Order: sequence, then C-alpha cells, then structure tokens
Amino acid sequence: MAEVVLRNLTKRFGKVPAVDDVSLAVPDGAFVVLLGPTGAGKTTTLRLVAGLERPDAGDILIDGRSVLGEMPAQRDVAMVFQQYSLYPHLTVRDNLAFPLRSPILRWDEAAIAKRVGEVAEVLRIAHKLGNKATQLSGGEMQRVSIGRALVRRPRIYLMDEPLSSLDAKLRAELRIELKRIQQELGATLLYVTHDQIEAMTMATHVGVLDHGRLVQFGTPREIYEDPVSVYVAERLGQPRINTLPADIFGPGPAGATTIGLRPEHIRIGEGREARVGRIERLGDQTRLHLTLEGHEIVTLTEVHTRLAPGDSVAVAPRDPLYFDAAGARVPSGR
Amino acid sequence: MAEIVIRNLRKEFGDFTAVEGSSFTIGDGEFFMLLGPSGCGKTTTLRMIAGLELPTSGEILIDGEDVTRKPASQRDIAFVFQMFALYPHMNVRRNIAYPLVSQGMPKAQVKAKVAEVARILGIEDILDHPVSGLSGGDRQRVALGRAIVRSPKAFMMDEPIGALDAEFRERMAEELRALHDRMGATTVYVTHDQLEAMQMGDKIVVMNHGVVEQFGTPQEIYDHPATMFVADFIGSPAMNFIRFEGGFRPGDTSVRLAGAEVAVPALREAADGRRLVLGVRPEHVRLTDDADAVLRGRVEAVEYLGTTQIVTLSTVNGPLRARVPSREVVRPGEIAGLVFDARTLTLFDAGTGCAFVTAANEGVHDG
Repeated sequence: MAEVVLRNLTKRFGKVPAVDDVSLAVPDGAFVVLLGPTGAGKTTTLRLVAGLERPDAGDILIDGRSVLGEMPAQRDVAMVFQQYSLYPHLTVRDNLAFPLRSPILRWDEAAIAKRVGEVAEVLRIAHKLGNKATQLSGGEMQRVSIGRALVRRPRIYLMDEPLSSLDAKLRAELRIELKRIQQELGATLLYVTHDQIEAMTMATHVGVLDHGRLVQFGTPREIYEDPVSVYVAERLGQPRINTLPADIFGPGPAGATTIGLRPEHIRIGEGREARVGRIERLGDQTRLHLTLEGHEIVTLTEVHTRLAPGDSVAVAPRDPLYFDAAGARVPSGR
Repeated sequence: MAEIVIRNLRKEFGDFTAVEGSSFTIGDGEFFMLLGPSGCGKTTTLRMIAGLELPTSGEILIDGEDVTRKPASQRDIAFVFQMFALYPHMNVRRNIAYPLVSQGMPKAQVKAKVAEVARILGIEDILDHPVSGLSGGDRQRVALGRAIVRSPKAFMMDEPIGALDAEFRERMAEELRALHDRMGATTVYVTHDQLEAMQMGDKIVVMNHGVVEQFGTPQEIYDHPATMFVADFIGSPAMNFIRFEGGFRPGDTSVRLAGAEVAVPALREAADGRRLVLGVRPEHVRLTDDADAVLRGRVEAVEYLGTTQIVTLSTVNGPLRARVPSREVVRPGEIAGLVFDARTLTLFDAGTGCAFVTAANEGVHDG
C-alpha cells in the first residue's frame, strides 16, 4: 500500500476552479473521506489522483514520487464508481477475474482462481460466483464492482460514492463491510461522498471541501466537535446545527455574530422561553421544533415526552460554538 | 376534507395476490403512510383508493360514501406521482391553472386560486417562468401546486420525493409536512423509506407480501412491533434479534437466555420448549464491566456518529449492535458485558414471527 500527497493541486474548467490549491496527505493505510455538497470538487480531486484529469497546477505524489507524467494504468490505482458497470454476459467469477486477465499482468489461471476466491470470501459473494452478473441484486452487483477493484491489490483505492445508489439498509451493511475490508487489507483509500454518515463512520480522516478548497482536514471527531467554520459545522450532524444571532442568550464573545448550537447541546428547563411547534418521533429519538424570537430551533428531547405543539419550554445553550460575520470560528473565551 | 375507510380490501392479478384483505381507517386530516419494501402491495393499495385500480373484493368509503366502484374522476382525489409530469410547453402559472381551466372555472377565480397556491408553496416569483428551466425541487413544487389547486378531498402521493437526492429529500419532506400542517388535507403517502414514514406520518401501515403487518402511530410501531418483520424494517440500526430456546408462563418477568436471567415486561402468554427471539433496540443495550451483565460480547466495530456511536459486538447468540454515548471509550477487540433495558424488550415466536403479549405491548396490537 502507499501514501498519497497532494501539493497545491489546482484544476480549472474554463475560469471556474473545480479544485483550488488543495494540499493534503493520505497516510499509508488511511481511510480518507472527502466530504462536500455537489460541486465542491470531490470527484475532480479523485479523478486527478486517478489520472483521468490533468491538473493546471500542483503535484500528486504516490509513495514520494510524482505521478503526473504517468498514465492511469501506470499509477496502479483502482477506481470504483457510483454506477456499477459489470459485464452483463459474464459470470461473477469472470467479472472478478477480468482485471487479472489483462495480458500485461501475466497471471496464471490457478493464481487468478485463488485471488478471486479470496476476494469473494471477503465480500461474502462466494456462493454467487457462478451467477451471471444480471442475476444479482443491486447490493451484490456493487459488491462485485468493489471486488473487481480489490482483486488487483493496487497501491490506492479511489471510490466515488460507491454506496449512493443502494437502499438504506444495504448501505448501512456495506459501510461496515467496506471498513472491515479496508482494515483487513491495510488498504489506503480515498473516498468521495456527500453523505455525512459515511464520512463519520468509516473515515480515519475527513477532508471538507467548499468550492474546490479544502477547508478542514481531521478525524471525524475533530471535525464534529471543533469545526473551523459554520460551513464545516453544518456538514456534520443530523439534525443540522442550529445557527442563531450570537446574543440571543446573552452577550457572546467579541467579534461573534452567530451562535451555533447542536441539537443535543440545548438544555431544556431553564433559560429563555421558546414555543413548541412540530414534534417528530423517530422512535429512538424525539425532535422538538421550537421557535424563539422568530428563529427556528431543532432540539432533541426525551423519547416519550409529554410536550405538545403550542407548549412553552425554557431553553439554554450548552457548549455553544461562535462564528464571526464571515462564518469563521470565534473562540468561546471561557 | 375526508375520512377514508378501507375494509377487507383485496386485489389479485391473475394468480398473484397483490393485496390480501387489508382493513384500516385513515382519519380526517391525517398524514397517513403506507410503508413497506417493493412488491408489498402499498402502491396497489394507493391506486385502489384513488380509483386507478379496481379491487377484486372489499370496500373503500370516503366520508361514509362507498366509492369502491366509482371511477377516479368522481372521487375528488388528487394524485402526485414520483415522476412528476409537467406540460413542458406551458409556464408555471398555466401548469398550475390547468386543472381549473379544464373544469371551466371563470378566469378571475382561477387567477385568485393560482395566486393562493403559489403563496402556500413559496413559488410566486417563478410563476411566469417556463417549467423546462426549473430545478428538481421547483418542478416538484409546481406538480404539488397542480394537485392542491383543485382543493380535493384527499391527496394520494406515490413516493413523491423518492427520486431526489438525499440532502434535498430531507428539505422537501419537511416542506411537504409543513404544507400539510397548513392545509390539513387528508394525505395518503406511499414510501419504502422507514425514516421518511416515521418523520412525516401521523399513522403508519406497515405492509409485507400484500398483508398489513401493523397499523399505528410511529412511536407505537417503533416501541412495540407486532412482528419480527416490522421490528426489523423500522429503526436504524435495526432491532437486535437474540435467538434462544426456552419457555415461560403468564406472569413471568424474566426469561432464561444463555444461562442468565433476563428481565422482561410481565408476560401475558405461555410458551414452552420453543425457539424464541428476544428483540432489543440498539439504544436499549448498555455496555458494562459489572457482574450484572446478561451477555458478553467482543467488540468488532465502532462507528462514530457525533453524540452517539454504534458498537457492533459478536456474542454466542450472534451479532449485536449497541448505540451508546460517544464519550464512552470502546475499542475493537475488547470484551464487554451487556445489559438490556427490561421495560423495552419484545419477545417473539421464532416460528410465526409474532410478538408475545406482555404488560408493555398489550392494548397496542389489537387495532
């Protein structure tokens, strides 16, 4: 496996920078997730590493050596796309073996069969090896396409929203599987998604992108608990962080214009009176939609709460985050 | 607005039974969810209510009137599909006005109606835009506008936001629910997404293989699932099923599982020497080092989720998930003791998949 370093990487399409001066290091064996909304530059970054796009500036190093002059095939990376494209006329076995049968690799059939068997075992599709690709469910097809990347043992795996076309249950299952496989193989993985759950649960490091710029890079816990801006704070956490005028619960620190309160960081029973609007019961948690001075606040409460729409509750902040007018974090000054 | 009563509704397509004798009541003004996996009969049920499909047997009453054999046009229902079709050559205003114009409503009245609907949906500023240039969300709003402009008795919605991407789906779900709260119209909504159903619905019917598995409020269904199918389908991560063999008598407040006594809500039924399943929601599992643990497990994976984390453990009774605060330090490879919150447990018969009646769920399942 390998370490990947991006140095001041920039890619423009026309005048629009899709990737804007991005520098980051993907340590050997790390699971790095690039997170951001559509258009943040995630996929372009991945395609630059794969060699499917050429950067306008900057460098890409794999194991300390620049790969800018190398073709995609020479870079020894494997890419998994959102839309699985399997060969429909081939069996699962032949689909998995396909990358190994490339003439330049010179694998013999016995070695291919052994590797395909191992990967099928890891992905739990060994019992489907004889099936045609078209006879598989969506989840199985996506596992085969991940498997096709795994058989080669490339230096890096690049994955572009590989789970997004699957239903919720399967996505949850494959999240754990993918993480397990990555740990078992000690693989280096660069993974792109706009799904915050995938980022939080699988990543060793998360890189948050905003209009092509890398705005924060750290462990999921660092990003969640210590965001550098409102933008980053809004990327993680469901329901989303509440943002209110900084002085709504009393004076904030100097320079702060916005107070950010995660739904679980609101104390109920003291502080300012807010009105209860909708109550959402999700089973494992109950969300209160409150209005305070015309501002919407979402908070969590006891699952079987007796509160009803129209009631009043007192709320106060706990562990608030403050931001300035530009959205940058301001120290709480405590 | 309308109350809709469904009685023994059945639909066969040749040899295939799509819906097997469903009965439930949709209250006036309710946001009502038909939930289940694909092929469970939810869309067929919706189409029968709307009059797009004739039932093989059974009755549909809208406000007390039997409409079972009436065509869709006489039921005063509006239908919103997943793939919303707008008239591409008309602008937003004319798309919304179309149902009224085709009814022959006077122009001034049409204008007032369209303006009102546009205000409710917050699309006043795009009324004169062509529909071709609109974003997915605005197109869906226009499609909704065309449905609500007629002020029908009820709305039928078939996965209306299923095709949108995740972030936008959440916003649209909130918008739809807020719209419903403002208008108070009876809405029947089909989805396969349990979170959407929990989040938006006043009541949920859970269907599987054409059969109604359970009918109730979201919290009732979550807390007291009637069957293992419902227990597994609702909630994420899903309810843990701990399989064991044993028995109990009415009045028992514990069962014997893997050599330990596990406290459960007081049982109202008897079972002996049977394959049983203990249902435990992940948030009702606590990790402990103490001797009071009922089960032990090895930590296989830890998934960080902000305030909470999901811990996957392997036990002698199979894999198990716990949702615990993320302050607790849990590392893969550790052995942890497990305790369950007794009041929340459900016992199932592994053979039939049905929940046994206990002090906790009695009164919930006979509806």
